[in-house]
Amino acid sequence: MSFQPVKFYQTGTFTVGNRLLPPEERSVQSSDKRFNSINSGHRACQGCGEALGARYAIDAAMEATNGQVIAANATGCLEVFSTPYPETSWQIPWIHSLFGNTAAVATGIAAALKVKGQTQTRVVAQGGDGGTTDIGFGCLSGMFERNDDVLYICYDNGGYMNTGVQRSSATPAAARTSTTPAVGSAPGNVFGQGKFLPAIALAHDIPYVATATVADLRDLEAKVRRAMEIRGARYIHILVPCPLGWGTAAHDTIRMARLAKETGTFPVFEAEYGEIKSVLAIRRPLPVEDYLKPQKRYAHLFGKQPKVDVIAHLQAQADRNIRRYGLLEKNH
Amino acid sequence: MDKPFAITLDPGSSLANLTGSWRTLRPIYIDRLPPCNAACPAGENIQGWLFHAESGNYEKAWRSLVENNPMPAIMGRVCYHPCEGACNREQVDSAVGINSVERFLGDEANKHGWQFSPPAAPTGRRVLVVGSGPAGLSAAYHLTRMGHQAVIYEAGPLAGGMLRFGIPKYRLPRAVLDAEIKRLTDFGVEIHLQTKVTNVLEAMKDGFDAVFLGVGAHIAKRAYIPAGDACKVLDAVGVLRDMEGQQAEEMRPRLGRKVVIYGGGNTALDVARTAKRLGAEEAIIVYRRTREKMPAHHFEVEEALQEGISIKWLTTIKEAGMGEDGGDIMVEKMALDDKGFPQPTGEFERIEADSVVLALGQDADLSLLDNVPGLVVNKGMIEVDAGMMTGHPGVFAGGDMAGNERTVTVAVGHGKLAARAIDAWLRGETWTPPPRHELATFERMNPWYYSDAPKTVRPVLDIIRRQSTFDEVLGGLDETNALFEARRCMSCGNCFECDNCYGVCPDNAVIKLGPGKRFKFNYDYCKGCGICATECPCGAIKMVPEEN
Repeated sequence: MSFQPVKFYQTGTFTVGNRLLPPEERSVQSSDKRFNSINSGHRACQGCGEALGARYAIDAAMEATNGQVIAANATGCLEVFSTPYPETSWQIPWIHSLFGNTAAVATGIAAALKVKGQTQTRVVAQGGDGGTTDIGFGCLSGMFERNDDVLYICYDNGGYMNTGVQRSSATPAAARTSTTPAVGSAPGNVFGQGKFLPAIALAHDIPYVATATVADLRDLEAKVRRAMEIRGARYIHILVPCPLGWGTAAHDTIRMARLAKETGTFPVFEAEYGEIKSVLAIRRPLPVEDYLKPQKRYAHLFGKQPKVDVIAHLQAQADRNIRRYGLLEKNH
Repeated sequence: MDKPFAITLDPGSSLANLTGSWRTLRPIYIDRLPPCNAACPAGENIQGWLFHAESGNYEKAWRSLVENNPMPAIMGRVCYHPCEGACNREQVDSAVGINSVERFLGDEANKHGWQFSPPAAPTGRRVLVVGSGPAGLSAAYHLTRMGHQAVIYEAGPLAGGMLRFGIPKYRLPRAVLDAEIKRLTDFGVEIHLQTKVTNVLEAMKDGFDAVFLGVGAHIAKRAYIPAGDACKVLDAVGVLRDMEGQQAEEMRPRLGRKVVIYGGGNTALDVARTAKRLGAEEAIIVYRRTREKMPAHHFEVEEALQEGISIKWLTTIKEAGMGEDGGDIMVEKMALDDKGFPQPTGEFERIEADSVVLALGQDADLSLLDNVPGLVVNKGMIEVDAGMMTGHPGVFAGGDMAGNERTVTVAVGHGKLAARAIDAWLRGETWTPPPRHELATFERMNPWYYSDAPKTVRPVLDIIRRQSTFDEVLGGLDETNALFEARRCMSCGNCFECDNCYGVCPDNAVIKLGPGKRFKFNYDYCKGCGICATECPCGAIKMVPEEN
């Protein structure tokens, strides 16, 4: 288990920092010397989960490599809001790729570094769920299969958000997007489609696969740190709530990520060579309604006549996650 | 500069883009009033001193504590801790054991001989304090801190008032009491024992600029009970007083084998538990109402029952000293009427009793105020204003003689309040209480962040020893569990530097100012999303509408 929470302090390690912890046990984000890899002034919406997740992950990677990180970035929200020409928010070497070829570009950078003998410099590829699960999937699968020395980070907000909230293959079932409107007999995104990419990454038997959310910073940082200790293809899938696309309050971004994890909707685990090594157990089990209700993309489930069958279906999905990954078992 | 193909501008930083202009709501750091502080009758800054105890700096914690209350070792034993009743942690697992940490700090101070920080420069003003109970000691302490000379006139042979002559040893060992009084006299508080003030205006002529009265309430209330010659009817205050002082063992009150105590307050329980320790086979409390209506504190009733005290609810004493040897009393069963008042039922019962102790409340002896003009006395209590001043300018009063709620902690609070008002009055000003912060209610917190940690239970003295000796019933915490307990504090409404706001801001718009200096917002870039306020564990951030 890569991350052992400290217990029996005022807040343990649930908060970002803790003045009662020795400095070496504190998070990267609690330090006033953190890299701030993505700087202020970016044009992400208020309460953007992706901006937060990107800083958490890349700062942790920078910390783990003494600042030796090059990032390739797929087109998508993250690229659009951070680099409107000629401004950039990035304080690291950063390359904008096409929408679909970030994994291939990162592979190329890694190959070039190897040729130049600069193997201490590490390569991170990052993109949203659209650039990863849909458009860039071929390149990504190839990168996994060749075991290229790249850490690929997917920031999953469940859709193409900056272009107007269109559906992606990571959009959850029953969610309303502009291409899956809440009309007809089965409103919202259809059940049975889409994919859970971490499971596909697992099937490639690559050295490291993990999921994380912006609600569990310490866990996320530990996973990035672990990933940087390993050579070869690595994949981290981070759930980053989107106030715009999900129809949630800007101040509820972290709360939504927490609810996704606590209801079992989004399983948080880590795996090496295709085997699950640890899961972040659910701390306070909750029904899926608690996660669905605050989101306007599920509003059609909670009208005058709540769609109990659809809610039950979503609950069944969460229950299956809980069973499959053992999310209620302590000390996995 | 030679630019690459198709590039016409130099790279710029997004710092040029001041996203703060998007904001409609502005986060601000605030301090909300923790419910423990709001509930403390002595006005302690509990969250404040726990903050230092959490980091293991017990001396700093103690110094912070004694800014408001000079007697933590006493309070940690006798206070009924309304703070714990108000504690927000109750809604997470169980309330923080504030009282036990306070006692630990007080005991640490006594163990290490910590002294108060030096008082302010002498003002040359002298204030008379009448009575050395908790109110008087507290007033004298705070006056001394402000640089005034406080002189206590105490009628009794030893200082402490009801702390010594009302509270049994098994709740407050006398060594603890003596140590905290000695620290006060070392600090500069003068105590004149066996100095009874019979005329307060006369006494003030000894060169005093103001006076604080804290004479307590030592006169037992009586109830008419027909009694034969053979029966002993005593009063509770007298019994507890006779347990004290330099009296020899044989001077202790003789209550006999079977003792009946009449009343339902904490004093009744104190007497019953004392009687048991003096060797009584049976100690029976007779109370005319139900357990729910009993004014005694729940945990004291519980402890008394454990020690084998029996309680007859809904019962009154009709007659004492009955039977051939006068060793019986007649009691009558009561029943509650529609309004909840006890009414006689006509059902009688005889119980054996060698003595009857009346614990029906106390009155204050106000004879020393007989010729003071302007004083208002209402139902045996002196009326005071918000600054504890009586109707006569310069005469202040507090403690049991000036309040309905008669506890040590209330008295300590009165003393502090009066000292502040006296200080202002001596400068020709009127004391006004500072504005209170808004309350840090549980809804304003984010309890997710607090780790699960149930309350540490204090060791309780073995039941056999409790029935036969006056050893302290409740034990203290040791260093490790006191630290654990202090760290259970959720710091409601006050920043404890958990770095959450600093970490969760998607716009890096929180500036960390370093240990002890908290944080500030960078309003150039803060978009006003409010994640910091939602994720602040303790509710120390508030979102306010941006003007225009």
